Amino acid sequence: MSKKFMYVNRKAPYGTVYALESLEVVLIAAAFEQDVSLAFIDDGVYQIAKGQDTKGIGMKGFSATYNALGDYDVNKFYVERESLEERGLTEDDLMPIVYEDEDDDWAEKPSVKIVSRAEMAQVLSEQDVTLSF
Amino acid sequence: MKFTILVNEGPYQHQSSDSALQFIRAALEKGHEIFRVFFYHDGVNNGTRLAVPPKDDRLIQNEWSALAEEHGVDLVICIAAAQRRGLMDADEAKRQGLDANNIAPGFRISGLGQLIDGNIEADRTVVFGD
Repeated sequence: MSKKFMYVNRKAPYGTVYALESLEVVLIAAAFEQDVSLAFIDDGVYQIAKGQDTKGIGMKGFSATYNALGDYDVNKFYVERESLEERGLTEDDLMPIVYEDEDDDWAEKPSVKIVSRAEMAQVLSEQDVTLSF
Repeated sequence: MKFTILVNEGPYQHQSSDSALQFIRAALEKGHEIFRVFFYHDGVNNGTRLAVPPKDDRLIQNEWSALAEEHGVDLVICIAAAQRRGLMDADEAKRQGLDANNIAPGFRISGLGQLIDGNIEADRTVVFGD
């Protein structure tokens, strides 16, 4: 039986280890063939921001991994519009994360969906398991 | 109801360990089942047997061990998070060629699959973290 899993990402990608270790859980959940969604709220929206470069802080960058999640059938990235706006960001500041839709002749489609705070609440209420990082 | 508990923060640094312990005791008292407690992020530090807090303070790691002994609660420490933070059982220390181990009684070290399995098996997952 497959459950609906939601990973809520609230923290910036660097500064704390939450984002990296959350990504590690997402990869394992995908291997268990669960229905996986990701939410990006608050500083979590920075996790999928374009043009990340960690050279100056001496840490391994992992932003490319988000783009690989489509290969694991993880292609529902809900990004809260208000969190973007509060940080002066728009959808153009995010990485163009895509997946190949096997039900549509492997057409490349965007994984990112910008939703309002109210819509995000609705999506969260539909989950079986919500893990917040 | 069957619960899986996720503890994401270290003891003393953060209240999440205390809150999780209190929640689990209350749930058991009411006749609920704790399927598994999974320790992740700095939460893995709940499983060290080398903590020595001041005498007038609680010893959180012992409280977990007591929970495992008295109620058979399955306490699982994430191996990837544990390796980063220096939490070792005897087998893992040997595998890594290290000269010591520090895991408290009642805990076991295993993979993230144990968390996902717990999420699938339980009716509810409750996360204690920041």
